[in-house]
Parts: sequence; structure tokens; C-alpha cells
Amino acid sequence: MTSTTQTRAVTLPAYSHGIGGRMAASMSTPGGAIFLLAAALLVATIIANPNFGDPGVIIRFLGRTAPIAIAAMGQYYVIVAGEFDLSMAAVIAAQVVIAGNYIGEDTSRNVTGLVLMLLLGAFVGLLNGLATTVLQVPSFIVTLAMMLALTGLVRHLSGGAADAPPNDDFRQMGRGVVKGVPVVEVIPYPLIILAVLCAAAVWLMRRPFGRTLIAVGDSPDAARIAGARVWWVKTQAFILSSLAATVAGVLLVGHAGVHPTVGRGYEFAAITAVVLGGVVLGGGRGWVLSAVAGAFAIELLFTLLTVLDIDATWRDSVRGVIIIVAVAVAARAWTRGRRTGSATPSNSGTSDPSPTTEPVPGTNTGGI
Amino acid sequence: MSDITAPPPALSKRLGGLTATGIVLIVLVLAVVLGSVLTAVEGRNFFSTGNLRDILAATSVLGFIAIGQTLVILGGSLDLSVPFVASLTGVVAAGIMAGETGNVAPALLAAVGLAAAIGFVNGVVVSLLHVHGFIATLGMGLIISGYIASNYQGNTGSAPRSFRLIGISFIGPIPVSTLIMLGCALLAILLLRRTRTGHHLYAVGGNPEVARLSGVRTSVPIITAHVLCSVLAAFAGLLLLARLSVGNPTIGSQGQYDLMSIAAVVLGGTLLAGGKGNITGTIAGVAIFAVMDNVMAVMEVAPFLRDVVRGAVIVAAVAVYARRSIDRRPARFERPGVLDAALQEAR
Repeated sequence: MTSTTQTRAVTLPAYSHGIGGRMAASMSTPGGAIFLLAAALLVATIIANPNFGDPGVIIRFLGRTAPIAIAAMGQYYVIVAGEFDLSMAAVIAAQVVIAGNYIGEDTSRNVTGLVLMLLLGAFVGLLNGLATTVLQVPSFIVTLAMMLALTGLVRHLSGGAADAPPNDDFRQMGRGVVKGVPVVEVIPYPLIILAVLCAAAVWLMRRPFGRTLIAVGDSPDAARIAGARVWWVKTQAFILSSLAATVAGVLLVGHAGVHPTVGRGYEFAAITAVVLGGVVLGGGRGWVLSAVAGAFAIELLFTLLTVLDIDATWRDSVRGVIIIVAVAVAARAWTRGRRTGSATPSNSGTSDPSPTTEPVPGTNTGGI
Repeated sequence: MSDITAPPPALSKRLGGLTATGIVLIVLVLAVVLGSVLTAVEGRNFFSTGNLRDILAATSVLGFIAIGQTLVILGGSLDLSVPFVASLTGVVAAGIMAGETGNVAPALLAAVGLAAAIGFVNGVVVSLLHVHGFIATLGMGLIISGYIASNYQGNTGSAPRSFRLIGISFIGPIPVSTLIMLGCALLAILLLRRTRTGHHLYAVGGNPEVARLSGVRTSVPIITAHVLCSVLAAFAGLLLLARLSVGNPTIGSQGQYDLMSIAAVVLGGTLLAGGKGNITGTIAGVAIFAVMDNVMAVMEVAPFLRDVVRGAVIVAAVAVYARRSIDRRPARFERPGVLDAALQEAR
């Protein structure tokens, strides 16, 4: 009895360190380190090409990168739930072709077209999710089949040829800017959309849905026994992923023309960005903004390679090396992070200012 | 309650005698029957020698890659670099051969050695650096594709006639290439059933931690599987070279062999998570694809719509096994009411 009251009397602090300590600790996790990597790449690019240091240039770069960052965010929901979404590029292609053919020059169809595209995106996600959860087919196979089917359908309907882009009003979403902003001159619309989606994603991941999503990814059995509706949570993740692909498609229409190959390779690019952001394949670990930072880091790397005058053909090789090295280092870091609590706190003690950090305030807690 | 639960056990017991491979073989027979009927409707003979040759020849390239992919997937990994390995070995071998019969042996050695080295690196990165197979081989594929794009702009080299014979000779209705593929399948089956490495591969794929605690050196089977997978991808690349007679730097990625081989493996009843499955099912899965493609070609289905049919068939077929495994899982927490009642009582 007395012991009970005593334990109750001691209120555990919500955090073991001040904000600086927690920030330093999260920077040592893969999900935090990606921000450092992105910053380092940005500095390196500016050193290699001082023109890139101009705020106006940087803000336009961020605007161009927004579609891939949004796709990475969508992929994050699926990966953190322990699944894959390979159908992303096919969804983007389908949306782009719809924008070209249904909306076209008719500005009065802009709103209905957008609603139609979002509904189609949600429907594709619903199909992916239900086939994965209710039919118990591995998501890798489900979304691969969805990719085949959707790509085939889009190419069949469009004849595999390019179409005229939709009207300029619709394309404004992807290419428009807010003018007359101090310092940066302009703010591209895609960047605003990205910022809003980031804020929404952080909020969502702190809601019960986000918590359940991570729990489901970590251990579906435990989540089910704890009372989570695993099938519905996972299905929602797929819907969010397809919706993100839809938004990326809407933004891409502003830049690229209308062609069934728009968005090719986005699924692997998004998965790469997410994994580079320290999100673990298999689910249960990772922060959504780290995935976004991963997308920016990859695009910055490409910019740096261009600035350094490296042949475009070698880009893929460099990207491959970076992915493998980053994930190998991250694998080490997660393992080390897990072991600091139990047996060997000394091996990270030299670099980590807080060796007593037991639960590793990693990016999966959503806090800084 | 018992009335409701009675039918499923009976059904699962009836299906229980069937392994996943059995179901795949039944699906294959169904595909052949359906295919022959549909072909007959078009007024052609499914079992004509020419048609059988086409189908069997179509199985060989994907077959090689899918056998290797099965080994890797059984070990709980994945290999997305296979199309690039196939392209790379094709152009390298074509460059060394340069149309001379005397150069065939060194070209084959170089191609297989190169592929084995790539597979070794894959295996080491996956098993020792603990990088997920998806990422490790995606990265390796990107590295190779960058190398190919930088060094080979168009078709290179050429295969001598003696080498091209592999792609075009037949023994009866069976192409030699398919026979070689089936020989590789047989060797892979022997590896899995009769050798220590094969058994360890299943163990590591099922649960690496348990395998390690049981004294299995987990990296050895994984590295072996990756080396064999890359070597088999090299065989596929060499076969494509024999058929095309020039080295094409994009032949592998055009065929989407990475994703299609994984689809064939899963269609063959192998668990994507590893630890369960076999080569026979994979070969049947590859054959199902070949029959399906052949029938669609005979029926003149629009090329892009074929992908739609493929996608639907893959999901439908895999859903059948998945449902089956749910039925066979023993019911746990069948009556949650007991626990609730006990809790109520305690209060």
C-alpha cells in the first residue's frame, strides 16, 4: 500500500532533458541526421555554385521538389504501417492523363476534375488497402498488380501518346507563385501546398490515428489484440498514399506535359526518400518530416552532381551508393540506439551528450 | 457456435491435403485447359508444335531469373538488381565475344564471374551490413544502371553463330534454353532439399534470430542465395544475347524482370516474407505467365490491356493461397467472453 502511494507521489518528468538535449539526441538518430545531411548538401551546393545561395533560387528549387516530397509523405504512411506502395507512379500517370483529357481547355471543369481525380485516388488506395488487408495478399504484390493494371489501362486509353496540357488556370497550382514577397521574391504554390500538407501530417501523426498507424506497423498482432482495427488503419494509409500521389500528379501537370510516362520512377524515388529519412522498411519507426527531408536531400544531391559537372548518366550510380551507405549507417544507429538502454551504454557515450537517454527520443515520437 | 465453425475445418481439411504447390499446379492445368479452349475458339491448335515451342521458349528467360529470385526470397531478402545484371552481362559478354567463336568461353567466364561478384556484394550488404534487401539491391541496380548508361550508348558487340544456336535450337518441341533452365531448377531443388546450405536458407528466411541462436551462420546462406541469383540472372542475360545476337544495354529493364520474377515467385506459392516455398511452384508460376501471354497474343488482346489482365490474375491467384493460410491458422482468442467475465468477477 505504502509503496503504491510512493510511486504515485513521484511524477516522472515528461522529458528527461531540455529542448537542446532532446534535439541533440534526435539528431543522432537516422530520422534526425537526415536534416543535417540535407543542410550539409545545401551548403556544399552553395559553395560549389554561389548562385544557388540566392534565396529566390532556393525557394524555386524547393517548389520544384515539392511533388516528390509530397509523394514521399504519402509513401511514409504506407511504409510506417509495414507495407509498400508501388502503384504511386501509375496513379500519377493516370491523374495527369485525366487532367489532360477531361479538363483540357474547359476551365469550368477545373473543380469537378479535381474532385474526380481525388475520388479516383481514394478509390485506388481503397482497392490497394482492401486487397492487402482483407484478401491478405502481400502489399508488394497488390500494388505491383495495381501498377501493371493502371499503367496498362492509361496507355490503352491514351494510346500511349502525349496530349495537350490542361488550361493554364489548372496548371497554376503546379507552376504559379505568390509575387512580391520580401527576401525570397516569390513563393511557389507547390511549396505552400507542401507546407500545409506537412503541418497536417504532423498533426495527423500525433492524433490517435497516427499513433495507431505506427503501432500497427510495429506489430500488427499486438495492435489487433489491443483493439485497433488493423485492416481499416492500413487501408487508410493506402488511401492517404494514393491521395498524395494524386496531389503530386496535379502539381506535375503544371511543369510537365500530359504523357502517360509522367511520374515514372516516382514509387522507387519516394521509397528511397522515405528510407533515407530513417523510416524503417517493415514499419513502426520513423517521422513523417524526416521522409520529406529525405526527398529534399536526394534532390539536393542531384543538384550538387549537376553543379559539379558530373555526367547525368552517373547520377544513378551515385544515388545507389548513397542509398546503400545511408541505410547501412542507419541500421547501425538503430541497433546501437536499442542497445544503449540495456547493456552497453558506453559505446555511444563519447558522442552523445546524454548517455542516460533511455527510450531514445527518436523521430517516431514526433517531438523535436 | 459449433454449427458455425464446423464447415471451415472440413473445407480446410479437404484443402489441407493440398500444398500450395498443388494449388499452383491445379491453376496451371486450369490455365492450359482454358487456354486451349480459347485458342480453339480462335480456330487454332494450342498443342501444335509451333505454339508449344513458343510457350516453352517464353518461360526460359523469366524462369532463370525466377529460380534465383526464389532462393533469395526464401532467405527473406529480395533482388531488384536482376534486370540490370542481365543487361550488364549481356553487353559485357557481347563485347568480349565480338563475333568470334573462340571468345565464347572467356566471355561466359567473365559474365558469370562478374555476376557472382555483384551477387556477393549484394549478399554481404544484406547479411553483414543489415541493409534491407529491397534497398541494397535497388541501390545495386542503380549503380549498375549508371555504369551501363555511361559506358554503353547503343547495341554493342555481337554473338557468333555457334553461341546463337543455344537460343534457336530445339530437341523435339522443347527449346534447348528451356532444358538448361529446367536443369538449373533441378540443381536448385537439390540445393534446397539435400544440402546443409539449403536447409539453413529456409531456417534463416523463417526467422533469422532463431536460426542464429540455433547455431546457423546466417550470412552464409544469404550470400550463397544472392550469388546464385545474380549468376542465374547472368544466364538470362546470356540467353537474351544469344537470341538478339547483339548486346542491348536496356534489355533487362525493358522486360521488367525484377518485378515480374517476384510476381512469378509469389504466384508459385512462396511466401514473400521468406522461409516457405519451393522451386516447383515458381516454375509453374512462370509457366502460368507464359500460357497467359500466349493466349492473349493468340486472341489479339490490345497490348496495354494485357497488363491489366496480368495484374488481375496475380492478385486473384495469390488471394487464393492467402485465404487458405487464414483458414488453417488455429483459432486463438476464440471466446474473448471468458476473459471479460473473469475481469468482471474480479471487480
